[in-house]
Amino acid sequence: MKYILASVLLALLQMTVSAQQCNATLAGTIRDFHDQTPLAGATVLIVGQDKSGFSDFDGTYRIEGLCEGTYEVELSHPQCRTTLYRLEISGDMRRDFELEHHLEELEEVQVVGELLPDNTNTAQEQRLSTVTLEGYSSGSLGDALKEISGVSSLNTGSNIVKPSINGLTGSRVLILNDGVRMQDMEWGDEHAPNIDINAADQVSVIKGAAALKYAGDAIGGVVVIDRERVAVRDSLFGKTLLDGMTNGRGGSVSTELTKTFESGWYLNGQASFKRLGDREAPDYVLSNTGMQQLGLSLHAGKRLLNQGWDLDYSFYQADIAILRASHIGNVDDLIESINSGEPSVIEPFTYDIGVPRQEVTHHLGKLNYYLRVKGLGKLTAQYDFQYNQRFEYDVRVGADRNKPALDLELTTHTLKTDFTWDASGDLEVTAGLMGRFQDNFADPDTGVRRLIPDYQRYEFGTFAIGEYRLNTSWMFEAGLRYDFSRIDAKKFYRTTRWEERGYDTDFPEFVVEDLGTQLLTNPVFDYNNLSATAGARWQLDFQSDLRANYALGQRAPNPAELFSDGLHHSAARIELGDLRIGNETSHRFSLAYNRTAERWGLTVEPYLNFIGDFILLEPTGVEFTIRGAFPVWSYRQTDARLLGIDASGYYQWAANWETRHKFSITKGNDLGQDQALINMPAPITRNEVIFRKPEWKQLLIGLESTYVFRQNEFPPNIFVFSPSEQQEVELEINTPPEAYHLLGLRAEMEFELPGTLVLHTGLTVTNLLNTPFRDYLNRNRYFADDLGRNIILQLKFNY
Amino acid sequence: MNLFYQNPVKNLKTYVPLMALAGLFLASCSNDDDNPDPVNEEEVITTMTITLVPQGGGDTVTLQSRDLDGDGPEAPVVTVSGPFTAGTTYDGTIVLLNETETPAENITEEVEEEADEHQFFFSVASSLSASISYSNFDGNNNPLGTEFELDAQGASTGSLIVTLRHEPKKPNDGTLSDAGGETDIAQSFDLVIIP
Repeated sequence: MKYILASVLLALLQMTVSAQQCNATLAGTIRDFHDQTPLAGATVLIVGQDKSGFSDFDGTYRIEGLCEGTYEVELSHPQCRTTLYRLEISGDMRRDFELEHHLEELEEVQVVGELLPDNTNTAQEQRLSTVTLEGYSSGSLGDALKEISGVSSLNTGSNIVKPSINGLTGSRVLILNDGVRMQDMEWGDEHAPNIDINAADQVSVIKGAAALKYAGDAIGGVVVIDRERVAVRDSLFGKTLLDGMTNGRGGSVSTELTKTFESGWYLNGQASFKRLGDREAPDYVLSNTGMQQLGLSLHAGKRLLNQGWDLDYSFYQADIAILRASHIGNVDDLIESINSGEPSVIEPFTYDIGVPRQEVTHHLGKLNYYLRVKGLGKLTAQYDFQYNQRFEYDVRVGADRNKPALDLELTTHTLKTDFTWDASGDLEVTAGLMGRFQDNFADPDTGVRRLIPDYQRYEFGTFAIGEYRLNTSWMFEAGLRYDFSRIDAKKFYRTTRWEERGYDTDFPEFVVEDLGTQLLTNPVFDYNNLSATAGARWQLDFQSDLRANYALGQRAPNPAELFSDGLHHSAARIELGDLRIGNETSHRFSLAYNRTAERWGLTVEPYLNFIGDFILLEPTGVEFTIRGAFPVWSYRQTDARLLGIDASGYYQWAANWETRHKFSITKGNDLGQDQALINMPAPITRNEVIFRKPEWKQLLIGLESTYVFRQNEFPPNIFVFSPSEQQEVELEINTPPEAYHLLGLRAEMEFELPGTLVLHTGLTVTNLLNTPFRDYLNRNRYFADDLGRNIILQLKFNY
Repeated sequence: MNLFYQNPVKNLKTYVPLMALAGLFLASCSNDDDNPDPVNEEEVITTMTITLVPQGGGDTVTLQSRDLDGDGPEAPVVTVSGPFTAGTTYDGTIVLLNETETPAENITEEVEEEADEHQFFFSVASSLSASISYSNFDGNNNPLGTEFELDAQGASTGSLIVTLRHEPKKPNDGTLSDAGGETDIAQSFDLVIIP
């Protein structure tokens, strides 16, 4: 009722105003939403005044003799859907608009600075397009992300790829899957994101904890996975991708179909299946490295300008084999593996997935609703449910042969809502609330002591972010976020471990029951996290801008950092968490210079990240058992400094020739112990020469060189007593492998088939010269070489 | 005027499912006080006792490795009761116990029942003047090793490493790398042979 009244009043007001003055001017530029190119031939109509203007070849328009007041402005263009925007006209004013040129977006018209496609305006952000992602249809999200300068990965073999942003991974990298924060046990080094890359249409990477809307603890960064926005019109379209590859002798198939309606309704379904046998290094088969993956997603909803809702469900299931030779018995086996230079188990190629292996399943359900309140802003509310099940099967014998060694069920409910005030053209403020409940259940039937205990986690977060556009060249943003989290765990500790860690003096109140050799404990911890960001963007000219950003991020320790305790069988190491571990705090300063133009482009992103109480896991010694000695990896906190620069650029040498260049370096220091941080990515440079001939069926040929330097900065190795050698030996557990150089080739062509069918073909060869190499950030580097040559043929049908 | 924005009151019904979901969410937050069950580790070996009785009389030598906290922080307690005498052959018997249970469970019986899936390996340091031969075998006449003979030849010192492998390749060439399988025990003892 209030709104109706307000509308009537507003209408009356307009009439009064329009009767007074009619010599205002509106001018500006209309650009393409995607690439910022000027749009010619767009019509700007002031509804109710019968005044209109056209944008000329450089996208500029000008309308004179306008009456002052608040009016609807209608923007139309032959290739875009007509949309309206509400504007208060007074005096001589400039307003730039962006139009969605490809009928993909729903909210096509945007006043620049109001709803930019970027997730942040002042932080470092890079994105991958649908085309790039499609090239990785038979790969993984982690592989695709490495296209972005500054993103590397922590691998376990080639199928488990954890993205690492500027040297930070795991819980420091948030993966936001279509608006849902993935809760897929990201705390494990050998736990890859449970994401099917084929379900993603666009991926953005925000470096650092600058996207407070999503979280304050993403000290490494945020990977934002988005689906394509649907157009409000009647259409039916889809695509199918078929991939075949030689290395692994398998491939993948992915298909997607979307139906949209003029009424705003839409339906989308997508499915993919991938199957690979044993992968191969240049000189031998990597026994037990096959995989099988199934992804399904269904989306339905109704999207209108003023309100809409989405209902989404996605399913991911992967059965991933882990290199047989990486399963070792004790420290002697590890020494032998490191020294021998060849995997201890090499068998003929097979499609069988043996042990060790992981079986992970992820269900995600989401309901999202938004409402645009006239003259005020947009309200969104979302509930999501996630169920993650992880089985890890180890090499076990006897009656336990088919029993998993790890069986965890993680259930998460999240409810969140936010409101964006965007009524004012220059200032936009968003504030929101989030509540989350999570339950982890570790099944005792494994017969193996729990590595991660049963726990319940409660989280609550609230944030406010604002962005202010001073003029066409300056823009500022700032944000503040508070998060509370409580973890309530029930964990059994061996009495000897409880005492060895000194918990009997520090946490006697946690003991619930004494079972003789073990104690049942109930640790409960509360964490308060404050995060903040502030930044500015300076638009230097039409093609380039400069961004500066400071982000304060705080992260509460994850269950692994707190509770890990015991022998991690698949890794043959004893991992020890620490109940005393507290928050880590990141201060990240970043600059970004970006120039995008036809002939050349350049992005330079230096950063400095001070992390107080940085939590790290490193080898600290060995512990002896009756089965031999095992390396101990302990979590500890220290002050760390990460300093680095990411750069990328391109140059158009001639009409058909282009080169692309990327370089990235990170230097990580443990300030507490004055030594290098473990697992920092080695400097890397990627350079590609591209030949394009659109007349020849859209021909594209690219030759890429990837050079990975040796990581010369690493923490010292540990010395262990080798029972077989009867003396202390250096365990070269931290020594990085040598530098390597790989060549890659790709060729693409497009054919128009009868009807509206378009066939896109792509041939990619990775490791063209079949070079043997090992990568510092691959946990299997102790045991085997990395992948040899792989030839991938891709067929894509668009219909 | 209201071309593009609807009165939000009309959309109340859209909120109802959201509210219902919120209720569900809150309901699921209720903490249950059930304590988890402890994990019963199966087939844990805490103690290996090797009794070596000299043929023709003399002092019995006992080697023991005892690790009551398994993968816990405490190292196994390794004891060697005394020296061997040169020129003597000892009859060795291995007993494996799980002492986390009361009374202690004898694992040796299980190993002997599944003899074809187990094998002990003995590695004598080159400095130690001794040799070892198997005294018991599985059904396929492949060595098992819960019983063996140790021949102490000359005065010397050095280590003896005793390894139990579960599901090794059988027959094998006597080396651990050829046998494969899973290590159940790997323990080194420092031995002394006196003249």
